[in-house]
Amino acid sequence: MSKVLMKGNEAIALAAVAAGCDAFFGYPITPQNEIPEYLSKYLTEKGKVFVQAESEVAAINMVYGAAGAGARVMTSSSSVGIALKQEGISYLAGSELPCVIVSVMRAGPGLGGIQPSQADYFQATRGGGNGDYHTIVFAPESIQETVDLMKEAFDVADTYRNPVMILADGLIGQMMENVDMDKPIKKRDIKPKTYATTGTDYHEGRNIINSLGLDPVYLEKHNHALQAKYQEVIKHEVKVEVLNVEDAEYVIVAYGTVARIVRSAIETLQQQGMKIGLIRPISLWPYPKKAFDLIPKTCKGILVAEMSMGQMLEDVLIANKGRFRVGFHGRAGGMVPDPEEIVDAIKNFDSKVVES
Amino acid sequence: MIRYERSKGLTDVHTHYCPGCTHGILHKLVAEVLDELGILGKTIGIASVGCSVFSYDYINTDYQQTPHGRACAVATGIKRVLPDRIVFTYQGDGDFGSIGIAEAIHAANRGEHITAIVANNATYGMTGGQMAPTTLIGQVSTTSQQGRNRDMHGAPLHISEIFGQIEGAVYVERVSLHDIPNIRKAKKAIKKAFTYQIEKKGFTMIEVISTCPVNWGMKPRQALDWARDNMIPVYPLGVYKDVDAHD
Amino acid sequence: MKKGRLTFDNESCKGCELCVTFCPVDILSLDKDRINSSGYNLISVSDMDKCIACAQCAIVCPDSVIKVEVLES
Repeated sequence: MSKVLMKGNEAIALAAVAAGCDAFFGYPITPQNEIPEYLSKYLTEKGKVFVQAESEVAAINMVYGAAGAGARVMTSSSSVGIALKQEGISYLAGSELPCVIVSVMRAGPGLGGIQPSQADYFQATRGGGNGDYHTIVFAPESIQETVDLMKEAFDVADTYRNPVMILADGLIGQMMENVDMDKPIKKRDIKPKTYATTGTDYHEGRNIINSLGLDPVYLEKHNHALQAKYQEVIKHEVKVEVLNVEDAEYVIVAYGTVARIVRSAIETLQQQGMKIGLIRPISLWPYPKKAFDLIPKTCKGILVAEMSMGQMLEDVLIANKGRFRVGFHGRAGGMVPDPEEIVDAIKNFDSKVVES
Repeated sequence: MIRYERSKGLTDVHTHYCPGCTHGILHKLVAEVLDELGILGKTIGIASVGCSVFSYDYINTDYQQTPHGRACAVATGIKRVLPDRIVFTYQGDGDFGSIGIAEAIHAANRGEHITAIVANNATYGMTGGQMAPTTLIGQVSTTSQQGRNRDMHGAPLHISEIFGQIEGAVYVERVSLHDIPNIRKAKKAIKKAFTYQIEKKGFTMIEVISTCPVNWGMKPRQALDWARDNMIPVYPLGVYKDVDAHD
Repeated sequence: MKKGRLTFDNESCKGCELCVTFCPVDILSLDKDRINSSGYNLISVSDMDKCIACAQCAIVCPDSVIKVEVLES
């Protein structure tokens, strides 16, 4: 089908509608305001539900209610607002409810700035909510990929009955690219939502959505069941792009917008005769650890490039298992690296090493 | 002929509430109203956090247990995607009046077609008797051990008065459970609130003066009398909003 | 005057005595010699003939212990 030039935030909104989103609950925060703005029009036109909540806290709880009632539901926010949603995300995971959460990262900590950032990697993958749970996290690098992952996210959420986060940054939200909104995604077999609280007239028995378990014997069993579910996610939902790693002198690990900047840097380095590989995680949880086994013994080092002070770096150190030297190049506060910085980082790799 | 028996709106589960706790009475009233209106099968209840966290085990409808204070937001989510079902929250004075006040005010302001049942017993019962927004001046609690005073703690919060001011709230009444006539009046108010929801009028809220014998340090009947003599002068009973009322 | 018959679901009773204090004909009392499996003392009726089926006991009972039947004369 034909491609249309559109802004990232608008594409996210349209992708949600295309995926059959029944309800959106959210609150304004820069740099994702276009998402609720577009959905207030597109969802309402389709007779679906749009509520601008009184806060991000209220919004995630509206998501909980609607998800428990069996609807396809999402929210969107940025860094600071995602921080407010942590309790709700833990409850959603603990109660085994599906939903999609879009986070368009901005610089922090605290109120921070409105320029792009990747400093919510910990927030997304390590969760700020309480207890043993995981949010499934996908990080796109282009608007097309964002649209594809948005559509898949609703299906993944329904398949595993768990929150799924689309982690973008302000660049993706605000930039404009060509998008084919009709590009099909993998079909999944999704079970009917027999757990939904639609009223006892409408299903067998009584449905209760609950995460409370005062009996420790029960609660431990429940935690084991959740972990078994997460093992299935790890088995089936890892997404990663691996480029030219087999004979690489250096491998650069980057995700989202930074991966695109790294591609330009790799081109420059290749023109100068260097062999540089790229590992681009697309699922941040589950993290594509196995991709690191492909790095050849002859590799001189792994460079991690992020718009943070070193968050995905920690997952790289884990995946690396001490095999190679790991270097780090980070920008913070909303500063976006340019390709020359990455080229210099590889050329002066020794000065970037954080673990040898 | 049976004059009174256990409502079909209740499950068979024995409640965990303390002996003489008015939650038991209030649960019965909600259960009886839902059964009498014929809406048990299309109702979704929302359990909050407090002594009534287990109300999902006691009232015979579909239920969602929700984070502390968030019941009115969760209710909004459910009602918006299932607009022809009946949705109610069951909250205490802390859940509704403290941590949940923003969600409550805004659900009322949006005129969400939900019913909030708020048990006001001037204490945080489940956690051991800490001060609540509705704790009375001079009332001792575990976090106001010399008694609540205005300078340090502020004055008691008048929930029904506040919600009566909100345009989207179509029925707001404060009732009490301290004697039989008042229990009957409370049931009438609850029935009216649910009826207004069935008639798609807007947000309804019933504030129920309740007791906490254990944390007040009294026997159950003594606690009902204390509520009558001390809480009602501060929290006058009556209708604070009725869109259908005629002068 | 109506006449009533009370039936007690003793396992649900918590011995709170609210029914005792609201009975207008004073026929209910806490029986210290009887307990249920939760350890709560149960309620005894001193004279069922005096019951007027007002149902105040049942209305106030937080645990739906009491069933009240009106006896046909």
